[in-house]
Amino acid sequence: MNAGVSLFWRQKKAVAGLVIILTLCLMALFAPVLAPGDPSERVGRSHQPPTVEHYFGTTKMGRDVFSQFVWGARPSLAVGFATGLAITALGTIVGLVAGYFGGRTDATLDLATNAVLVIPNIPLLILLASFAGTVGPLAIMAIIALTSWPWGARMTRSQTMALRQREFVVAARMVGEPHWRVIFVEILPNLVPLIGINVVGSIIYAIVAQTTLEYLGFGDPLRVTWGTMLYNAQNSSAIIVGAWWDIAVPAAGIALVGLGLALINFTFDEIANPQLRSGPALSRWLRLTRMRRRELEAAR
Amino acid sequence: MRLSRRRLAVYCVAFLFAIVMNFAVPRLMPGSPVDSMIAQLGPRATPAAIEAIKARFGAIEHPIWRQFVDYVVGLAHFDLGVSVKYYPQTVVEVLGRSAGWTAFLVVTAIAFSLSIGVLLGAIAAWRRGGRFDSFVSPFSVVLIAVPPVIIALATLFTFGVTLRLLPVGYAYDPSLDPGLDFTFFGSVFLHAIMPVLTLSPYLIGEFQTTMRSSMISVLGEDYVTMGRAKGLSEAAVMFGYAARNAMLPVLTNLALMLGAVFGGSIVTEIVFNYPGLGLTLYTASVARDYPVIQGQLLLMTIATLGANLLVDIIYGVVDPRIREGRA
Repeated sequence: MNAGVSLFWRQKKAVAGLVIILTLCLMALFAPVLAPGDPSERVGRSHQPPTVEHYFGTTKMGRDVFSQFVWGARPSLAVGFATGLAITALGTIVGLVAGYFGGRTDATLDLATNAVLVIPNIPLLILLASFAGTVGPLAIMAIIALTSWPWGARMTRSQTMALRQREFVVAARMVGEPHWRVIFVEILPNLVPLIGINVVGSIIYAIVAQTTLEYLGFGDPLRVTWGTMLYNAQNSSAIIVGAWWDIAVPAAGIALVGLGLALINFTFDEIANPQLRSGPALSRWLRLTRMRRRELEAAR
Repeated sequence: MRLSRRRLAVYCVAFLFAIVMNFAVPRLMPGSPVDSMIAQLGPRATPAAIEAIKARFGAIEHPIWRQFVDYVVGLAHFDLGVSVKYYPQTVVEVLGRSAGWTAFLVVTAIAFSLSIGVLLGAIAAWRRGGRFDSFVSPFSVVLIAVPPVIIALATLFTFGVTLRLLPVGYAYDPSLDPGLDFTFFGSVFLHAIMPVLTLSPYLIGEFQTTMRSSMISVLGEDYVTMGRAKGLSEAAVMFGYAARNAMLPVLTNLALMLGAVFGGSIVTEIVFNYPGLGLTLYTASVARDYPVIQGQLLLMTIATLGANLLVDIIYGVVDPRIREGRA
């Protein structure tokens, strides 16, 4: 694989990911155009397979799966993205403060970070959710964000600690710049690739956690989301009666978001971590050794 | 073997945090969990049972610090309260029934995915940029991003319902008597295949990604070049020199991921009706059996902390730099 092809391929992955995510977002945005009417309305007979009339069939309650899929994308994506941003914001702030100030502040924050990190998240989420009863999207957001910031905080902290020793940061401090300025103007811009990875990874995590909670029945059952679609399909034993579309459609939606974000993140990871890149120089070396080996074998 | 004081502090704080959460959440939440639990008990609500629940969830005239001390003292005596759904069974009994199955599932899935993930990661790093790497590595990242719910439902639909190849529920054939014979083990094995296959993709993805990046940095080390220069075979350098040391970050990651594995096992057990902790947690949360939910969190926290502690110890044994360097 030569350098040009490998570069293109790398971009192609990110482009494919972006296209998937943008398509889903546009679909959510234009829900009223794509599927006019209330998605919770009873429009047909129970568990009808996909037809021209109902592209994705109907649920047990006779609701249109396509309409639910399109409308359900709205809260699922919105909560996923907003929660991902909240997780990143929390993690970045804690990591920056701990890494920059060091000393006792760092010791305390690092202790908290590691402690929250080792507590199993989903059982904690279930404890909180079950005491709160059914929880709305805001509560789901808050619960997920408060339990899952430590990954980002750890990455940001170690990176900030490394940056703090660099000349330009030391110089800025010696000039007498206030702390907030050093943090936001000198350090933060250097953390952008890391924050990018953190955002995408957190959105993936938020969507997984949100789906899990809603699938377990902690979501608001009256609100149409991909997670509650799965929950309703499970409760109407869609799989056992063979109504695969009822499960497959929301599952495909969630899997597509995961796929798209993963493709974007893989590219981000390679940009931020050049060591992981399958660099052109190395591939050429690999190709040369392979060719030489083949020649040697042929000569023998 | 001395553990660093810092790590021990982390575990203590995490444990304390779980206890405080368990203690505080029912007292802070709006609405009264006590009333709903007493209603749940129905005719079984003897004065003694009501008293026990009230004391446990703060509907009692003691000051808050006194309640907390009583709570912690109770925990120290392995008293996690009584289950509301299975009254008069205690939480310890309810959890004890199912903990073994979850441990079995989780350990099997980890062992299975560790061997596959590490191997795939090592090969991908060894042939970096090759065809294998450019297919397997992005695929692993995708595996991490797919929620276990979806993998579970897809597996169930394909192998359990459509092809009817594997049993769709329980840990073993209910018509069998549990015993130490071949049929029983065979049945347990067959029933575990789908849950383990469901738990594994996420783990394989994580292990592959971690192994690949740590292997890539190890491959740059001088001793690997030395191994090559000595004329050792590829396999000897790859496994004997590079992969052995590249495993260390995978170990750390493994312990941290245990929480996520428990999360996955909850969903998996529900989908496959597997009688482990996850299914117990689910029935408890549907029945608003708060003591069981709390006991669950505590048990899973202890398991995760234990695993982290174990990894810390193993780490010190396999990496002499840590053993001596910390002092």
